[in-house]
Amino acid sequence: MIRTASLRYAYKHSEDQNLVFPDIHLSSKESLLILGASGVGKTTLLHLLAGLLPIDTGDVYIGNTHINRLTRGELNHFRGQNIGLIFQKSYFIKSLSVLENLLIREKFSKSKSDRYRREELLMHLGLCDQMHKKVYQLSEGQQQRLSIALGVIHKPKIILADEPTSNLDDINCEIVVSLLKKEAKICNSNLVIITHDQRVKPHFNNHIIL
Amino acid sequence: MLYLAYKNLISKPLNTVLSVLLLILSISLATFILQVKKQLNEHLEGNTKHFDMVIGAKGSPLQLVLSSLLHIDNPTGNIDLEEAMKIAKKPMVKYKVPVSYGDNYKGYRILGTTHKYLEVYKAQLQRGRLYEKSFEAVVGSQVAEQINLKVGKTFASSHGLAESGLETHKEKPFVITGILKPTGTIIDNLIITNLESIWEVHEHSYDEGHENQEVHQKHQDPVKKENFNLITETQSHEDDGHAHENKEYHLVEEHNHSQDDPKHKEEHDHSKEHDHSERDDEEKKEITSLLVKFRNPIGVLQTSRFVNEKSTMQAAIPKFEIDRLTTFLGVGFQAINGISLVILFIASLSIFINVVRSVRERKQELALLRTYGISTFQLIKLVFLEALMLTLISAIFGWLFGRLGVWLFSVFSDAYGYDFQFGMPNREEVYMLLLVMVTTLPAAIIASLSLLKLNVSKILADA
Repeated sequence: MIRTASLRYAYKHSEDQNLVFPDIHLSSKESLLILGASGVGKTTLLHLLAGLLPIDTGDVYIGNTHINRLTRGELNHFRGQNIGLIFQKSYFIKSLSVLENLLIREKFSKSKSDRYRREELLMHLGLCDQMHKKVYQLSEGQQQRLSIALGVIHKPKIILADEPTSNLDDINCEIVVSLLKKEAKICNSNLVIITHDQRVKPHFNNHIIL
Repeated sequence: MLYLAYKNLISKPLNTVLSVLLLILSISLATFILQVKKQLNEHLEGNTKHFDMVIGAKGSPLQLVLSSLLHIDNPTGNIDLEEAMKIAKKPMVKYKVPVSYGDNYKGYRILGTTHKYLEVYKAQLQRGRLYEKSFEAVVGSQVAEQINLKVGKTFASSHGLAESGLETHKEKPFVITGILKPTGTIIDNLIITNLESIWEVHEHSYDEGHENQEVHQKHQDPVKKENFNLITETQSHEDDGHAHENKEYHLVEEHNHSQDDPKHKEEHDHSKEHDHSERDDEEKKEITSLLVKFRNPIGVLQTSRFVNEKSTMQAAIPKFEIDRLTTFLGVGFQAINGISLVILFIASLSIFINVVRSVRERKQELALLRTYGISTFQLIKLVFLEALMLTLISAIFGWLFGRLGVWLFSVFSDAYGYDFQFGMPNREEVYMLLLVMVTTLPAAIIASLSLLKLNVSKILADA
């Protein structure tokens, strides 16, 4: 469940740009697609939801937690356990293998190491053969799929995806979107995708346009 | 966390190797110097503490101490045994040991002395017995091992203190009666016999030397070093071999005669042409030096003044001379210490650069870790762990290489009888390793400061 109320954000260095976001209300398992052109604050909204940016005005509730009220330490912990982030560009720990990246994600979010979950996930995403490869040895599509794996491995309450498809061709775009939907269903999570990619639009009923 | 730090380190081998190498170099240099200094001091101390004074011929007191106690320099000359003994015949004297040398066997010095010498150095027999009469000798453990000498074997000494083989006393071979246990002192590198053996060998060699006295003088200025003397003598002897043949025969006969009846020695007035050491040899009993231990320090000072002012000999106090020596060496040690400090500085700088660069390069990774729920503090810990690991690896290897260097040094300096040991790190070294850790700490701190300002949102948004 995600709820935001009168959320605003102002970047300190550019005072004229005051971002105002519409209220969001998602009941559990509901998905949301946020569409908008570049520079309208899509990523800012996502980072506010993830607790990566401090909230100036407005309120964010995830589940029963009021994000504004959390201390730094609590926020770190909450983020690690309840939020899965998937980025446009894939970020990994380059010195580790695919499997090790997943392990470290589990470890740092303090969730239990679940071997079955890992293997199931790798199978779903078709990364079983790449398990022991270094991350930079993967292809673009494989990297994006690993990104998804890292975003959902710990069964977060909400999955936040930032332009997950913009670098992919049509086929991979289809695959990624369906995988995201499938994993969100498995984890019983809210899926929030922000994108300017119109190809994603038909897959979701719930749209917000910024 | 530890595993991640380790993985990060080895994923950038070049950077890591450079920093580690620099640190290793600095640490090994420093441990090497510390060890050499320590062991050298121990060695000097251990070998000189048994005697308070060395009485020998005039010359450099340092040279006298080095030659008589440590056996690494040439002697200053010879002194009269009786005269020296007279000086040392005081109640303040605890014990005294005359030593005499000038010969070697395969580079190992043959020392003529009394049994007291062995007693003072606490040398014990491993096999065989002590020497009882002339031309019997006991050998130090190192000597026995290096040139494979066994009890009952015989060997011919050669003249001088360095291995030359030009002049050997084949007619008068030594018999080995015993082998000593390792003592960790210079005894291990000596062949020890009684005083008489040295005198008897030299009576012969001085006669021979005399033959070519005139020729020798043309070739060379009056020389202080016996062995050099004798090399030229042998050469010139070959040149003028025929001219001297008759004379030589004559003198050898005389020499044999003198052995039968020592009183006839004085008849050899030709010996007056020699420099004093050779001349005295045939008139009186001579020794190279007399080692004395006093009952109290006052005796040392009184006797030292008396000998230096009222006699033709000099008294050197080992403690002072060794102090002087270590001050000389200290300058060198300090220079190398300085170099290793500079390298240490560069090494910590390189670690600093390494850490800063790794933080910059991995900004996104670190931001990603933040989204995984770890705190800024944990990120700093990660960076610290990397720096610490780097330092630890270098410290361990640096220390090992330092010790290896010391060991190699001891192998090459075998001739001097420096026996270096491979021990555990001592307190000084632990301090030094801690110092290294401490110097890398600020590097890690400054580098991790940027982590506090890490703007996760911005870094991840700037894809």
